Amino acid sequence: MYKSKHTLKKMACALGVSTILAAMPIVGHAWEPQKPVEFVVMAGKGGGADKAVRLLQSIIASDNMAPVPFTPVNKPGGSGAEALVHVNGKKGDNHTIMFTLNSFYTTPLRQPGLGIDIATFTPIARMAEDTFLLWVNSDRKDINNVADFVKAAKAKGSGWIMAGTGKNSEDNLLTDFLNTAYDLKMKYVPYKGGGKVAKELAGNNADSTVNNPSEQLGFYEAGTTKALAAFTGQRLPMFPNTPTFKELGSDMVYYMQRTVVGAPGMSKEASAYYQELFTRVYNSPKWQQYISKKSLQGDLLAGDALMAYWMKERDIHEVMLKKMGAIK
Amino acid sequence: MLETIQLLAQGFVVVFEPQNLLLIIAGCTLGLFIGAMPGLGSVNGVAILLPLTFLVPPTGAIIFLAAIYYGAMYGGAISSIMLGIPGASTAVATTFDGRPLAKQGMADKALIGAAVASFVGGSISVVLFTFFAPPLAHVALVFGAPEEFALMMLAFATFVGLGGDDIFKTLFSICIGLVLSAVGFDIISGEPRLVLWDITGFLHGINFLVLAIGVYGIGEMLWTVEEHALGGGKSMLSDATVTVKRTIAALRELVKTWKATVMGSFLGYFVGILPAAGATPGSLMAYGIAKQMSSEPDKFGDGAIEGVCAPEAANNAASTGSMLPMLTLGIPGSPTTAILLGGMVIWGLEPGPRLFVDHSEFVWGLIASLYAANLFTLLINIAFIPVFIKVLKTPFTILAPIIFTLCLIGGYAPTQDMHDVWLMIVFGIVGYLMRKLDYPLAPAVLAIVLGPLAEPAMRQSLIISEGSFMIFFNRAYAGPIMVAALLLLFLPLFKMLYDRMRATKPAAE
Repeated sequence: MYKSKHTLKKMACALGVSTILAAMPIVGHAWEPQKPVEFVVMAGKGGGADKAVRLLQSIIASDNMAPVPFTPVNKPGGSGAEALVHVNGKKGDNHTIMFTLNSFYTTPLRQPGLGIDIATFTPIARMAEDTFLLWVNSDRKDINNVADFVKAAKAKGSGWIMAGTGKNSEDNLLTDFLNTAYDLKMKYVPYKGGGKVAKELAGNNADSTVNNPSEQLGFYEAGTTKALAAFTGQRLPMFPNTPTFKELGSDMVYYMQRTVVGAPGMSKEASAYYQELFTRVYNSPKWQQYISKKSLQGDLLAGDALMAYWMKERDIHEVMLKKMGAIK
Repeated sequence: MLETIQLLAQGFVVVFEPQNLLLIIAGCTLGLFIGAMPGLGSVNGVAILLPLTFLVPPTGAIIFLAAIYYGAMYGGAISSIMLGIPGASTAVATTFDGRPLAKQGMADKALIGAAVASFVGGSISVVLFTFFAPPLAHVALVFGAPEEFALMMLAFATFVGLGGDDIFKTLFSICIGLVLSAVGFDIISGEPRLVLWDITGFLHGINFLVLAIGVYGIGEMLWTVEEHALGGGKSMLSDATVTVKRTIAALRELVKTWKATVMGSFLGYFVGILPAAGATPGSLMAYGIAKQMSSEPDKFGDGAIEGVCAPEAANNAASTGSMLPMLTLGIPGSPTTAILLGGMVIWGLEPGPRLFVDHSEFVWGLIASLYAANLFTLLINIAFIPVFIKVLKTPFTILAPIIFTLCLIGGYAPTQDMHDVWLMIVFGIVGYLMRKLDYPLAPAVLAIVLGPLAEPAMRQSLIISEGSFMIFFNRAYAGPIMVAALLLLFLPLFKMLYDRMRATKPAAE
């Protein structure tokens, strides 16, 4: 169906171009995608990243922001390795973009054999940064702040179960943070997906989690779980009474990027097109509503500023992974 | 109770708005064909159509997608019965007896059986959903990793306990399936594993469909080609006709399957509400138990109609059941509900315990739409049966290339990677050779579905218990399930010993 639309569009474009050329010979014709854009997701169907991509896709389509459809393609394998290898192999392709998380830094660091240098990828737009909080079940009447938490976790030693999403993931990094900072021995149990982790806590099969707000929101609103502290720079608007770890005296600030990346070697024109497109998406009421509802943070970052941010974050993650012993 | 009925009535008011009614009918019809196409299945169908739903209000959107999900559950049985290729993992159990029935020229009987059983399963489960949602949501919540593993053991046990002709070949086949299911990414250690020859295509693991379409689709085709070459067999086709008389006779015969169907409905619903289990274990267990219950268990596998009804009732019941954790806990009970959850994000709805209160029109509209979708799908399905039977009458030389093409598309669609297509062809050839050597293939397919569910659950439990297997026995829900699984697993052994004792006793006297 889009094919005929596409032809029409092409004709309209040609018409438009000739008009513009006639009127303003100085302004050239901007680049536009010529075929459906492959929108690679570094995670499986139904996860947090996948939901965000499908929302982005629907915003682009419903507001007619692009002449072609954006098609999500899930490549969840190997903690993002599959997606990274796939996009890395599309050098110079103007029709492949990817939605990434922090595994964008950690997976190439942990698996140098993949031969991936994220500095070669095309920075498009950071759409948000997700936040992390420390959660316990509301049944734990004895735990109302981080001090109570530390006391209870210490008493239980390695019997204290922290559920998270996969080994060496963001959740694992934060668990290690807490274990070191408060001299705890919490046991980290990896599950598949943040929703599953949230449910394990709500069902009292885990003692604590470091979920994103979006993953715990349903249970939090129902009063099943409660947040003790946030791993953010400032208090979150949605959790005004929850202190940050920074306030409590430890230097634990950690975010997860939700960023659109282009294939390595994408043309300047295409990169400019996607930056402009995702800036419009970022400013759309639907995306802004999503950001505030899911308690996301982070301003829009695009182009060179985004690349600088990646390089900084990569260095930070390298230090963290070394501390954990995940890399040498 | 009275309040529930009131809310349900309000839901029906929503459903009977002309636009919503139209969406249900369109969704059911679309779903039927999506489900019938091997490899497309409800997961991909719902994912592809999701962005279309911003055109209608959220309630209309979820009603449409749920109708597709529902229709696809019916549709999955169609390719299982007619072609012997399960279009989705939920329809694997339907091939066991559905395919033999079609080969015997009774495809119409199998299709009618599947349709009616699906209807019964869907109806029972939606009534259960209406009246017992909150307490069951609690069960789903406390169901942790040890319980999940116990449930998977039960699914394996119902299957192994059935005892194939050669228990060692069955075990061998299961082991192959388990090894294949371990390929890819290990979430517990966070490392890729069994990435054979460093081919990146193995990083995403081996999809169930690649194996199922390989061994059932390509393998079956090779088998049929050989039969043709050796003397004009017509096994890919069937002589089924469909007449009013035959239909009435088939319906009459269904009366005696009521036990299997009702059992399948309840079992499917309860397994369906457990997060992450989905409809596949439910339908396999229903098949196993139907065989145990049957007075003629030997007929299973050679075209017993109960063997079609039980799993079909179960997978439809489970698809309703899996909506429960989705709506109340925000946890997908199946891969398709995971996509529906994504849809709720797009529509700006937050799943969770508050949803029933804050958006009761949405929830009850959905529940009421399931009643309607169930009825419409039954009618549409039965209306199409003559068409499906016609398709079966197409000469094999025309049908084979079409099926082959469908198989290739089905292998490519889920991951969009040619690697999977080549792998599927390899599986097809290996599957054909294994069949020549009398190795059962179903256990391998079962293992590749259940393996990835069972393995992390077992390892998570053992991390929690610090290596003690007692965790599977000393918990309120896990314990009884595990004991039942072990009993079922050793049932054939006990039977054998018992028979032997009875045989030797008179001799000793």
